[in-house]
Amino acid sequence: MISGLAQRIGRLTLFFLREVGTHVLLLARAATAGGYLLRRRHLLIEQMHKIGVRSLPLVTIVSLFTGAVASWQAAYQFRGLISFDYLGAAVSAAILIELSPVLTGLVVAGRVGASIAAELGTMRVTEQIDALETLAIDPVHYLAAPRILAGFIMMPALVIYSNLVAHAGGYLVAYSMLDVSTAAFFGSARRYFLVHNVVAGLLKAFFFGGGTALIGCSIGFRTAGGAEGVGASTIRAFVYSSAFILVMDYILATLLF
Amino acid sequence: MITIHDVHKRFGEKRVLEGVSLTIPEGKTAVIVGCSGCGKTVLLRSIIGLVSPDSGSIRVGEDEVVGAERRDLFRIRRRFGMLFQGAALFDSLTVAENIGLALREHTRLSRQEIRNRVREKLEVVGLSGIEDRKPAELSGGMRKRVGLARALIMDPRYVLFDEPTTGLDPVMSDAINRLIIGTQRRLGITAIVVTHDMTSAFGIGDKIAMISDGRIVFEGTPEAFRTSALPAVKQFVRGGLDG
Ligand SMILES: Nc1ncnc2c1ncn2[C@@H]1O[C@H](COP(=O)(O)OP(=O)(O)OP(=O)(O)O)[C@@H](O)[C@H]1O
Ligand SMILES: [Mg+2]
Repeated sequence: MISGLAQRIGRLTLFFLREVGTHVLLLARAATAGGYLLRRRHLLIEQMHKIGVRSLPLVTIVSLFTGAVASWQAAYQFRGLISFDYLGAAVSAAILIELSPVLTGLVVAGRVGASIAAELGTMRVTEQIDALETLAIDPVHYLAAPRILAGFIMMPALVIYSNLVAHAGGYLVAYSMLDVSTAAFFGSARRYFLVHNVVAGLLKAFFFGGGTALIGCSIGFRTAGGAEGVGASTIRAFVYSSAFILVMDYILATLLF
Repeated sequence: MITIHDVHKRFGEKRVLEGVSLTIPEGKTAVIVGCSGCGKTVLLRSIIGLVSPDSGSIRVGEDEVVGAERRDLFRIRRRFGMLFQGAALFDSLTVAENIGLALREHTRLSRQEIRNRVREKLEVVGLSGIEDRKPAELSGGMRKRVGLARALIMDPRYVLFDEPTTGLDPVMSDAINRLIIGTQRRLGITAIVVTHDMTSAFGIGDKIAMISDGRIVFEGTPEAFRTSALPAVKQFVRGGLDG
């Protein structure tokens, strides 16, 4: 009983370490693609477009409602305790530090992480990755590096955008439903604004974006077993990158605040 | 020259290659035949380093493929072209981009120059004016020919063909066979062709090798293959020419 449990814990630990190891190894190999990506910029630009621009509609909706809910819930907790004059500050800090990076991270993990895994997984099972190898083109440079770099770059950009939209959402609810004036909302947000919060949020986004793309690539490359395998990889990429984001969020929170 | 010596490969419990040895002289074409599932594709993939054999040696010119570093493998692969059994075209790229990709990656040729060379190669395989189509819009036989053009675009010294004529009509098969012979003569390439099509095997092979139970059970000229007394070979020749 006890030894069975110990065995399971041991196996899980080994599995975890091996997983992390393959991802880190892929990252190290992709990092050697710097010169290559300079020459083949369009590969990077294409991925930045896919990961960044094409995520805008989803990020817009999520951010707008996140801001709105943040306002409404903060008001619920403030009622009878704290003046609504502080609503703007509370909502703004929550958006910048936590809500925008994590929620944008999670929806992008669902959209981008899963689609990278599905795309590369399909290429693996249909021998397209082997075909690249036979053409003496390194799949890590050609496929993984642009996606991972685009993830690192575009996620902070998306989070900046998300910050703006979420503030708008929070303000709209505060103004139209909670009778908080424009001046009160943005005044308090500005009074308690800290550059540190913004930077911390963007730093989170940087790791979330790179990590999500890395996990998608790594899992895509290791896909086996036809269409069924591709489906399994897609789900796994989403689960792993979501877990990565939440754990990483906690680690960064303890380091940054 | 490609020298394969005592190559073993198993997947889990399944032994696929059990001591394959075969030599393909420079500038010659070797045809590999054998029943479905006997390991022909695995052997081709081993030669170009997509599969790493458990033991044995595969030498391409002076270079050893088995156990080679990744960087060396990429260097060796530059001398190769490979046509996959299922063509393995990049489905996010157009036909022209598929064929021209290696030129784009490995040379400094201009877009226009690449476009010209791609058009040339497409004409060679009997396809013109389909540059901007996506692989999904092509028939199986067309995909195969695009794969062939992609394999030949860098004018490689060694070419591996995995069933180049399967799925083509007899006229097209014949054209592809002549194309393989023609390229082989003109460029002096060393070719390995896996096929089930005995007519093409006899037509293009300088040498025929047959795999059975993980080993080469016959190796010799097409003439010797045709007249071999080995039961396995006899059956293959008869079945192949009848069907
Ligand atoms: N990656 C792999 N994992 C497990 N088994 C494999 C793998 N690749 C090939 N095999 C097995 O190796 C054997 C030989 O396969 P291979 O594709 O070389 O056959 P083949 O001679 O090319 O057949 P065909 O003429 O039908 O193409 C098969 O039994 C196959 O199941
Ligand atoms: Mg095969």
